[in-house]
Amino acid sequence: MSSLTLVQAINRGLAEAMRTDPDVVVLGEDVGTNGGVFRATEGLFKEFGAERVVDTPLSETGIIGSAIGLALYGLKPVAEIQFLDFIYPAFDQIVSEMAKMRYRSGGQFPCHVVVRTPYGGGIRGGIYHSQSTEAYFCHTAGLKVVVPSTPADAKGLLLTAIHDEDPVVFLEPKRIYRSVTGEVPDGDHRVPFGVARTVREGTDVSLFAYGAMVPAAEEAAAVLEKEGVSAELLDLRTLSPLDESAVIASVEKTGRAVIVHEAARFCGFGAELAALLAEKALYSLKAPVARVTGFDTPFPYALEQLYLPNTEKIVAAARAAVRAA
Amino acid sequence: MAESSVTPARAPPESVELPVPQVENALRTMVLARVLDERAIALQRQGRIGFYAPHSGQEAALVGSALALRPPDWVFPAYRELSVALVRGVPLQAIVDQLWGNVNDLSKGRQMPNHFAFRQVHFVSASSPIGTQITQAVGAAMGMQRRKESAVTIAYFGDGATSSNDFHAGLNFAGVFRTPTVFFCQNNQWAISLPRARQTQSTTLAEKAEAYGFAGVVVDGNDLRAVYSAVSDARRKAVEGGGPTLIEAQVYRLGPHSTSDDPHRYRSDREVEEARRGDPVHRVEEELRSCGALDQAGIDRIWEEARSRVAQAVTAAESAGSPPSASLFEDVFATLTPRLREESEAAGTLPPEEGRSR
Repeated sequence: MSSLTLVQAINRGLAEAMRTDPDVVVLGEDVGTNGGVFRATEGLFKEFGAERVVDTPLSETGIIGSAIGLALYGLKPVAEIQFLDFIYPAFDQIVSEMAKMRYRSGGQFPCHVVVRTPYGGGIRGGIYHSQSTEAYFCHTAGLKVVVPSTPADAKGLLLTAIHDEDPVVFLEPKRIYRSVTGEVPDGDHRVPFGVARTVREGTDVSLFAYGAMVPAAEEAAAVLEKEGVSAELLDLRTLSPLDESAVIASVEKTGRAVIVHEAARFCGFGAELAALLAEKALYSLKAPVARVTGFDTPFPYALEQLYLPNTEKIVAAARAAVRAA
Repeated sequence: MAESSVTPARAPPESVELPVPQVENALRTMVLARVLDERAIALQRQGRIGFYAPHSGQEAALVGSALALRPPDWVFPAYRELSVALVRGVPLQAIVDQLWGNVNDLSKGRQMPNHFAFRQVHFVSASSPIGTQITQAVGAAMGMQRRKESAVTIAYFGDGATSSNDFHAGLNFAGVFRTPTVFFCQNNQWAISLPRARQTQSTTLAEKAEAYGFAGVVVDGNDLRAVYSAVSDARRKAVEGGGPTLIEAQVYRLGPHSTSDDPHRYRSDREVEEARRGDPVHRVEEELRSCGALDQAGIDRIWEEARSRVAQAVTAAESAGSPPSASLFEDVFATLTPRLREESEAAGTLPPEEGRSR
C-alpha cells in the first residue's frame, strides 16, 4: 500500500502496466519529457524511453487514429488527450472507428485503445478546460466509459482498462487529481468494470454520483446524517457498462433517488439513470427522482461555482425527496 | 501521365520489373474485378444487393500496388479495394458474400457492400467516412517499428481524402516518426461531383508530401508496371528505414461514385469516353497480345472464366441465408454485457437467462 493522490495513482498504474507488459505504449501531447501537463506520465519517458512514451504532434485525430492503428496491429496503446474539451477533432476516430471496429468487422479486428483524458470543472478553466461530456461516449455502442473518484480506483480501473479487450474512454476528474489522497494497493491492482462502489450505506435516500461529485455527495451525506436523514451513496465508477442492479437495489431499499453530475442536465447521464429507475424501480419510488446537475448552458468562467453542483445543492435535493414522502 | 518524381530526393532505384507470367495473372485479377464491378451494378439495379461502389478504371492501380506488397504488410483500404483483397488471396466468394451481408460474410453482415475486412490477409475493416484509415495506417506502422518487423502499411484513399483531417494528421505523423507507410492515393479525378481541380490548388497531390518532409511520386495509374514499380520502390525504402512515401496514381473513375450517384449531373459523356481510351484492363491485354503471351482467344477465355466464376459466386451468395438474429448483439464488446443480453432476450434472439425473473 502507498498513500497517493489520484494523479499519482494513475501514474503508478501506467508504470505498472508498462513494466509488466511490453506492448503497452503511451502516446499524446507533452506526455514524454514533460511528463504530461498534469504530470500523469511523469517519469515514464525516463524509465521506458521514446519508443514507448511517445510525444506526438499536436493533433487529436492523429493521436487517436494512430492509437487505433497500434491496437489493430497488436499493441496496447494508452492515448492521452490533454483535456476532454480538446477531444473533438478525434471524435470521428473514437465513435466511428475505435468503437465500431470490432463490430463492423464481425469480430475480426478488436480495438483495445485506452483514451485517458482529464475532465470536469472547478479549476477556473472556463469553457474549454472544464466540460463533462461523458454522455456523448456513453451513447456510443462499443465504448466503455470509466470515471474513478479515488486513488485506489484510479489505479485499479486504469489497469483493468489497459488489459481490457475493448476500447475504453477513461475520464479523470482533474479537480480532485491532487485534493484526494488515499491508500493504493501496490502491484497489479485491478478493479472490475460494471461494479458500483457503495461509499456508504443508508436507508432514506440514494445518492448516485461519479468523479469529482463523489466527494461532494459524501459531504452531503454527512450533513444529512446530522439532520437524521440516512443517505446511501453509490459511486458508479463505470458509466458503461453500468451496474444497473446496484442502482435498482439501492432505490428498492431507500425509495428515493438523487442523481448528481457536473454535466448539463438535458440528455445527460442522469437522464439514463432516471429512465432506468422509471423502467425498473418505479413502484419502489416514494418521491420523484431528483437530478442535481450543471445547467443547460455552456460551461461558464466567472460563475463557475453557480453552475457546478455542490454539497448544499445535493443536501437540498435529498431533503426535498425525503419531505415528499 | 508519365511517371515523374515530384521530389527527386534520391537516385532512381533499379527498375522493378513485373515478369510476364505475373502480368498475365494480374490481368486475370483485373478482369475478374471488372466483371464483378459490372455485375454488381446490375445486381444493385435489380434490387438484389443494396449498394455498390465501383472501381472500374482503377484496376491497374489496385492490382499493381497490391502485387508489390508482401504477406506481413497491412492494408488500410477505402471502399474500392476489392482487387487488392483478391491479390492478397481472399476468395472471390468471400467478397461476394460481403456484398450480400449473408451468413457466410466474414464481417457478419455488419456493413453495407464494399466495406470489407479480411483479418487473415491484414486487410483492415473499411469505413465510409473519408480518410480515417490514413492515421490508422500510420499507427500500425508505428507498431511495426516497435516490433522491428520488416513490413509496411499501405493506406488507400482517393483525391477527395487529401482534403480530410486525417490525411494531414497522418502524413504529418508519418513524417515526424518516419513510419514505414505507403500512402497510395488513387486520384480518380472526381470526389463524387467535385473535380480534382476544385479539391485543391496544388499542381499535384503528390507534392503535398513535401510539406511533411518526405517524397511524393506521381505515377500513371493506368500503367500496371509503373504502379508496381512505384509501390515496390516505396515499400523497399520504407522497410529500409527511409520512411514514408506518398504515391499519386492518376486514374479515372469510369463509373459513378456509387450506385446512388448520377454522374451526368456533373460531367460529360465525352470526358468519360475520352478516359475509356486509357482503360487499364485493355492496356494490359494489349501488352500481352503484342508480346505474344496471349492471343485474342486466350483473352476471351479469361473473360469467360471470370464471368462464370462471378456467376457462380453470386448464385452461392444469394442462396445463403442472413446472419442469425442473435448475432446482432455480438461483437459490440468482446463479451455480451448484461444490458445487451437483456436487449437480446427482449428481441427474442436469445432465450432468457436461467434464474432471472423478467
